Amino acid sequence: MVSLTVEDTAVGTALPAQAFSIRRADLVRYAGASGDFNVIHWNERVATSVGLPGVIAHGMFTMALAARVVTDWAGDPARVVEYGVRFTRPVPVPDDDTGATVEVTGVVAAVLENDRVRVDLTVSQAGAKVLGRAQAVVQL
Amino acid sequence: MAIDPSLVGRTYPSSDAYEVGIEKIREFADAIGDPNPVYRERQAARALGHPDVIAPPTFPIVMTFQASRRLIEDPELGIDYTRVVHGEQRFAHSRPVLAGDALTVTVTLESVRSVGGHDMLTSRSDVATVTGEHVVTAWSTLVVRGDG
Repeated sequence: MVSLTVEDTAVGTALPAQAFSIRRADLVRYAGASGDFNVIHWNERVATSVGLPGVIAHGMFTMALAARVVTDWAGDPARVVEYGVRFTRPVPVPDDDTGATVEVTGVVAAVLENDRVRVDLTVSQAGAKVLGRAQAVVQL
Repeated sequence: MAIDPSLVGRTYPSSDAYEVGIEKIREFADAIGDPNPVYRERQAARALGHPDVIAPPTFPIVMTFQASRRLIEDPELGIDYTRVVHGEQRFAHSRPVLAGDALTVTVTLESVRSVGGHDMLTSRSDVATVTGEHVVTAWSTLVVRGDG
């Protein structure tokens, strides 16, 4: 398996960045898999009626996509022992073939006790941050 | 309507155990577009030292979302769900969720506070095996928008 070394985990180390596209079909699939069938994630009429710009992605879906940057880097996803985010801005997903693109970067922000490091993620869409205080703790 | 702070600490015990199926984990991994074989193939999971296929770090939302309905629908809290927005989410794992786990979820109203006319409530969901081994705790902060 992939092993992280001390050099890999020095404070300031950038994790490989990733970009994810989100289309309407992805939201339908995530709704089914997660059990979150809130209509604002699939019904434009209802989403706009409650003041949203349109159908928006599940915050938990964006959170799951962002985790990929950490789990892929960690090698074993089980090393991600803590993970938290604030949902600061909705991700509108247009009804087209392109959808929305979410860009995720990560950096080792702190070395913690017990062979753990904290990774801070920056998650943005169209240049604006969509998650706040997105942090993961990785067990080395 | 402000949530009564005296309800902080109220606990909603688990009903039946949630049985984690390998196909459910595969379905969830497909839904988040993650091709990692450790979420799909026992051999890949065992190569990393896990007894069975593991679930992605945010997978516990499947059972904690379901369990937290008992809190959201508590008439004494009086939450209007059409006004609820997911504000924050956090997971702390003792170990990953595994295919074959039978898990209970105990939900506790951990805090309520008012910010700018909105109620913010944090629920804690403790996920453990039916034999009492802690697996993961999830905190969800929900924002109940005021009449604004």
